[in-house]
Amino acid sequence: MTTSTAFVPSTGGGPVSTTPVDAVSLEARAAALCTRSIKTTSKRAALHTTIRCIDLTTLEGTDTAGKVASLCQKAIRPSPGDPTIPSVAAVCVYPEMVEHAVAAVAGTGVAVASVAGAFPAGMSAPAVRVADIADAVGRGADEIDIVLNRSAFMAGDLGRAHDEIVAAKEACGSAHLKVILETGELGSYDQVRRASMLAMAAGADFIKTSTGKIPRAATHPMVLNMAEAIRDYADQTGVVVGLKGAGGIRTAKQAWHHLVIVGETLGSEWLNPELFRLGASSLLNDVLMQIQKLDTGRYSGPDYVTVD
Amino acid sequence: MAPTDNPPETFGIDYAPAPESTAVVDIADSYGHFINGDFVEPSSGATFPTVNPATETHLADIADGSAEDVDRAVTAARAAFEGPWGQMPGSERGKYLFRIARQLQERSREFAVLETMDGGKPITESRDLDLPMSAAWFFYYAGWADKLEYAFPNRTMAPHGVAGQIVPWNFPLMMAAWKLAPALAAGNTVVLKPAETTPLTALLLADVLQDIDLPPGVVNIVTGAGATGAALVSHPGIDKLAFTGSTDVGKAIQRIASTRRIPLTLELGGKAAHIVFEDSAVDQAVEGVVTGIYSNQGHVCCAGSRLLVEESIADQFVERLRRRVSTLRLGDPLDKNTDVGAINSADQLQRITDMVATGVSEGADLFQPEVDLPDKGYWFPPTVFTGVQQSHTVAREEIFGPVLTVQTFRTAEEAVEKANNTPYGLSAGIWTEKGSKILWMAEKLRAGVVWANTYNRFDPASPFGGYKESGFGREGGLHGLSPYLRERTGGTRGGA
Amino acid sequence: MAEHMPVDKTFKLFIGGAFPRSESGRTFQVHSADGDLLANAAKASRKDLREAVKAARSAQPGWAGRTAYNRGQVLYRVAEVMESRRSEFTSVLRATGMAARAARTEVDRSIDRWVWYAGWADKLHHVLGTVNPVVGPYFNFTFPEPTGVVVVAAPDDPPLLGLLSRIAPVIVSGNTAVVATGGPSTLAAVTLAEVLATSDVPGGVVNVLTGEKGELLPWALGHMDVNSVDLTGAPDGLENEAVAAAADNVKRIVRSDPAGASPYMIGDFLEMKTVWHPIGR
Repeated sequence: MTTSTAFVPSTGGGPVSTTPVDAVSLEARAAALCTRSIKTTSKRAALHTTIRCIDLTTLEGTDTAGKVASLCQKAIRPSPGDPTIPSVAAVCVYPEMVEHAVAAVAGTGVAVASVAGAFPAGMSAPAVRVADIADAVGRGADEIDIVLNRSAFMAGDLGRAHDEIVAAKEACGSAHLKVILETGELGSYDQVRRASMLAMAAGADFIKTSTGKIPRAATHPMVLNMAEAIRDYADQTGVVVGLKGAGGIRTAKQAWHHLVIVGETLGSEWLNPELFRLGASSLLNDVLMQIQKLDTGRYSGPDYVTVD
Repeated sequence: MAPTDNPPETFGIDYAPAPESTAVVDIADSYGHFINGDFVEPSSGATFPTVNPATETHLADIADGSAEDVDRAVTAARAAFEGPWGQMPGSERGKYLFRIARQLQERSREFAVLETMDGGKPITESRDLDLPMSAAWFFYYAGWADKLEYAFPNRTMAPHGVAGQIVPWNFPLMMAAWKLAPALAAGNTVVLKPAETTPLTALLLADVLQDIDLPPGVVNIVTGAGATGAALVSHPGIDKLAFTGSTDVGKAIQRIASTRRIPLTLELGGKAAHIVFEDSAVDQAVEGVVTGIYSNQGHVCCAGSRLLVEESIADQFVERLRRRVSTLRLGDPLDKNTDVGAINSADQLQRITDMVATGVSEGADLFQPEVDLPDKGYWFPPTVFTGVQQSHTVAREEIFGPVLTVQTFRTAEEAVEKANNTPYGLSAGIWTEKGSKILWMAEKLRAGVVWANTYNRFDPASPFGGYKESGFGREGGLHGLSPYLRERTGGTRGGA
Repeated sequence: MAEHMPVDKTFKLFIGGAFPRSESGRTFQVHSADGDLLANAAKASRKDLREAVKAARSAQPGWAGRTAYNRGQVLYRVAEVMESRRSEFTSVLRATGMAARAARTEVDRSIDRWVWYAGWADKLHHVLGTVNPVVGPYFNFTFPEPTGVVVVAAPDDPPLLGLLSRIAPVIVSGNTAVVATGGPSTLAAVTLAEVLATSDVPGGVVNVLTGEKGELLPWALGHMDVNSVDLTGAPDGLENEAVAAAADNVKRIVRSDPAGASPYMIGDFLEMKTVWHPIGR
């Protein structure tokens, strides 16, 4: 609405603009949405939808083929004893692990996402980052998660930040591109709103909150703020972009409130893995325990779900 | 694909019912007045029913207060003022108020459910606003009771005596708390009249007052409608009057109080302008406008009922507003996901319906989202009128319902001129990210409360009240204490 | 040389900075305590009141828009001019029958009273405003603003000190006043009007109507563009019905001490405005 910053979408069309964000009111609105009471049939649906939207993630320097295989098995069949439980959307790994993941999930419908582009800081030469992306795609990744060049963004070099995403998108080929804003580093909701617009204008298929490597990641107001940016972008360009929350989402309740926020801001049609993801690791087991509670009427415990 | 043929369940925002349990409340078949520490039968034996406006079910029979009942209550209040309450040190008075605050916190769920059943407001609002605010009001003023000598430098203050207080049906308990807490902290005794459609939480408060051993007669509650209120206002034993309600009734009370020279506080109607500039945080502004007019079904004296939006963004803003209004969830007030509850009474529903019909006939454009109104109860959909002119009835008269009018402006001066062009002056809203413009606007707007980049915020430390025909006197904060005190004769006074 | 023939003053109304006669053409006689005719003063009509309210309304935004410091200086300048006219005020009071010493004392006290109020212009906010510690991330403050146009029924006694003690707390904050006087305060009021006209007070800030307060006040109380009426100096026998009419636009009715002085008396003619703003980034 207000032209505080305008970006010209790389896909063509007129410039898109962002609006300022009032932090206190944004947080109040998110808090109000987090009072939504999700019960009975809605709760079960929310838990299933959460699972279907999870990018089950391991991003450790100690990851091995064995660890990734185990993760993939969990992703395909989160609850071995319960065939009603759907698979997650994707597994998310480092480029070195992509081939192991691709082999493990082949034919199951679970996608393989790879972080790339000198994740998590992104502080390598542009050519190195593009090569990293191309490498991950070459190894068979369906989806690529890169970071915004926050150094350029914070220095005011928005053109550079934008163009690097355009280059990353080219390197992705047919793989979907998720752009991580690393919201906890941007300092304000205004900056996140602007970064969201920039990333979408540069061709991101998804915008994503965080790497998971720093605190203050996928908070509810942050997801609300980005959902509103996505709605603005769709209003202005007709282009539909997905949203991924990642970092700090550990409980089913946190997750279903993310669903509420996205659903009430963008519509229920956003609540599927094509347009919404939750990057998480421990979240899945909390969701499974909640489902067990719904099934049995009793509270479950960690011994009744598999560690991975 | 997933290794199962069972299609996973899909979540949407058509949430399953999540009703708050009513098991926590225990409503008696009938209620008498609360006079001198006990519930007593009405002298005339007359009663009137109170109903749940969401279901039209009968909740209880309520004593209809006569002049004789009012007299008994005033007599009890007088005795308490001249007796234990008047003698009590402020530090002790304060402790009674702290006790009330704690009881309200501890029994807040019970009060919230009862408030919603009797008045039709969403449980989220009674739970998250009315109850916490009621408790906070007592807690805040409790602390003033033993500090009155610090409140007004160089003045020696004394309570008036017996205060008559009349409260409305939109925030029944909260308005009672706003009135009772400063009156009691200052050392007055009280005769309170709740609104006839929503007496139950005040009567439950009487239960609390008994539990905390408040001396008999300090607070008396006489239930009834306009005639009961008139008897209270006219009673010769009243030393101070406070009224929150419609401007028409407020004027009638002022006529009586001003000729009888009784100190009066009036908190009356409003027709607040909610002003949105092009350079605002637009999503939060939309949210503020929605909160400002649709919370509590628009039964709010300070509701932001007139949206004034800068013409350059008007179309886009209205489009966003319509979209947002379409997501409001109307229905069972006890459901924890309900945003818009029931209209408080059949009479009020009729008034809103008539006003909206007037708006249509005067040529404004009506927007209402598609909502299923329940079969039983009193309901009105959230309504937006666009194409509204300053001369339209819906832009001038208080509707006290979920009805927003939209007008445009081109300059800040024009916004101020339109905002101030009303006999009311209770509140106003401003949305812009430009700090100097906020302060410029805040200075120019003739309203007692100005919310900038927020709306409908309340706090016991924050004075609330109107300019012009929205009343006089303030509730909340230091300024809310002074109406309950008079200057003791012979006190010191400065000046050359 | 012939002895100087005294030039008598014509006592007129003071409206919008000008000295008109009453539109009604009416006058009334003002006599000394000894019964000598002192003046044929203009007897204001309801239409004069209407014009005075119009002048006061038109002057009000500009007066309130002055800085508090400037209003304080303008009021102080009035005291300077009063001081230079001490003898005139004294003789006006003596004409009402007051002893010389008492008249001098009242003039002195009146000037001091005015100076005292002048100093309040830029201190009111400190004493009557607050910053409020609300729950949540909001900056919240309350400050006084003038209520608007105030009709003041000037007290008969004390004639000068009462007049000044009721006008000063009205205008110091930025209100404008229409002062209804009659009887003993008539001459003091007209003399004050001349002081105001020759000081820096903008036209319309204080308007002075002489005549029958009891005739003018019902029109003031019923006037829908008057914000407040100070009945401190109202005559006995003002009808209840007339006072009740003040409710038609919810006027602020004030009854106070005719010769008192207090910042809280300024507060009687103020509105408190509370502003909220979030604290965020």
